Amino acid sequence: MSFSWNIVTDFRQIWQYSFMVQAFEAGTIVAIVAGIVGYFVILRRSAFAAHALGHVGFSGAAGAVLLGVNPVYGLLLFTMSGGTAMALLGRKAATRDVEIGTVLAFMMGIGLIFLSLYSGYATEAYSILFGDIEGVSVPSVILTLEAAAAVLVVLVLIYRPLLFSSLDEDVAEAKGLPLLALNVAFMLLLAVVISVAVQVVGILLVFALTVTPAATAVRVTTRPAAALTVSVGVGLLSIWLGLFISWFAWNGQFPPSFFIVTISFSCYVLARAASAVADRIAPRSSAASSTEPASVGGSTD
Amino acid sequence: MRAPGGPASVVAPDGLAIRAQGLEVGYRNRVVWHDATFEVGKGEFVAVIGPNGAGKTTLFRLLLGIQRPMRGSLEVLGAPPHRGTPRIGYVPQRHEIDNDTHVAAEVLVHLGATGSRWGPEIAFRATHEATHEALEAVGATELGPKPLGSMSGGELQRIFLAEAIVGNPEMLLLDEPLSNLDMRRTRELVELVHNLVKTRHVTTLLVAHDINPLIECLDRVIYIANGHVATGPPEKVLTSTSLSQLYGVPIEVLHDSRGNIVIVGGENPHEREPA
Repeated sequence: MSFSWNIVTDFRQIWQYSFMVQAFEAGTIVAIVAGIVGYFVILRRSAFAAHALGHVGFSGAAGAVLLGVNPVYGLLLFTMSGGTAMALLGRKAATRDVEIGTVLAFMMGIGLIFLSLYSGYATEAYSILFGDIEGVSVPSVILTLEAAAAVLVVLVLIYRPLLFSSLDEDVAEAKGLPLLALNVAFMLLLAVVISVAVQVVGILLVFALTVTPAATAVRVTTRPAAALTVSVGVGLLSIWLGLFISWFAWNGQFPPSFFIVTISFSCYVLARAASAVADRIAPRSSAASSTEPASVGGSTD
Repeated sequence: MRAPGGPASVVAPDGLAIRAQGLEVGYRNRVVWHDATFEVGKGEFVAVIGPNGAGKTTLFRLLLGIQRPMRGSLEVLGAPPHRGTPRIGYVPQRHEIDNDTHVAAEVLVHLGATGSRWGPEIAFRATHEATHEALEAVGATELGPKPLGSMSGGELQRIFLAEAIVGNPEMLLLDEPLSNLDMRRTRELVELVHNLVKTRHVTTLLVAHDINPLIECLDRVIYIANGHVATGPPEKVLTSTSLSQLYGVPIEVLHDSRGNIVIVGGENPHEREPA
């Protein structure tokens, strides 16, 4: 485990170990889908939904551990059913948080039951909470790949209507788009992404892959295609560099999750700083009109 | 301006855009308005006015096919309304666009043309051109790359307008586009809409709570109040007699030297506020 300035030999060294190959594989797949779905999380202001689904997933994972099956199945079952319930209850974006909160509380309660039924729990719970990327098995990698492929296929099919309804719900509705079905579809996509991302960074850190890269991207560009690319890029950078540093630095005694979230957060802070500086150097051409509020139709009487 | 004529009797030379007969609308147990019989000719510029909660937005929901009438018949562009028609462009009443929406305005306009289609986008270039034409038509070419969140109210309204006209609709429904705009921007937007009505021959209904900025370019007024709908040329509808009849209480319509109107009495539906 010695670091050299030759990156190729470094990676060759890491990839001698199959568990590290699987870590890079799972991490890469997750970075791609989480970066893309994360863009819609930002546009739809669904960060709380992403947070809630992660926690709901914990209950599912706890149940799976209790039954002795792969936690990812429990994660998928709970996040998908929880996500559907949240989408069906909270029809309009403006009031959605309340419904999400109620479903979250209920499903966390179920998790508590599982937890109290199971005694030898600590290490499993720890890896679900904070992720265990170096413990991803080959079947898990294959499942992650299948789930990600399904997410991408669905996204290609609903990309424009989802983008439209995320930006302009009312006009999208008038244009005949099924808002409820789109919201259910989005929550299901998010549920799948959260479930596979939990293996990598854990429930508590899942934001680092589902929200932070996309939040970074929208600071850098206003074009959806470019934003998706940047978002995936930030996710990939975080995963690859995070695994790399964790392997070589301090004799590998620190978990990759820490480095992954630190890198993605650093990207976000850099993007914020860069956009602040850019605004100062080249103020927007319409600086004169910036005194006007960006809202319309505030008063209705 | 069209020659004065009685409500529901003005037939535009090139046919009707809207024909409503004995229309009754509402939600469950509450009737919003009833017995509405009116017509709007193709290519007309129509103001929809009336106090809050009178059912102006409900009229739009009906025309868009989002809501069904409880009674009566309604024809829009020669057919019963159906949700999702590309023949109508719609600008809903909006309370805000989040300051954090870091998406270029032209993305929204582009989606106005193709956002309701499934699957991958094939004719990207053609839509791209249509997007720029729509932005040009509302004088917002330079706004295209700007993020939506950084725009002023007047700029946003022009983008929403571009989003509504990008598919070349035959009818435009604009819900309170003038609220929250200062006098100068109100005037600019009215001129812009009026121009679109004339050059594209698009039938336009505009909900407003102040009729004065519009009065010079209107062909027709639809006045909704107290469960009734009155329609006709502005000088016919906005009279003390017709409004008093509509409300069932005495109402006075006053004119100032510049042609502005103040409506007083009844529920004081839209006294002119100091800007």
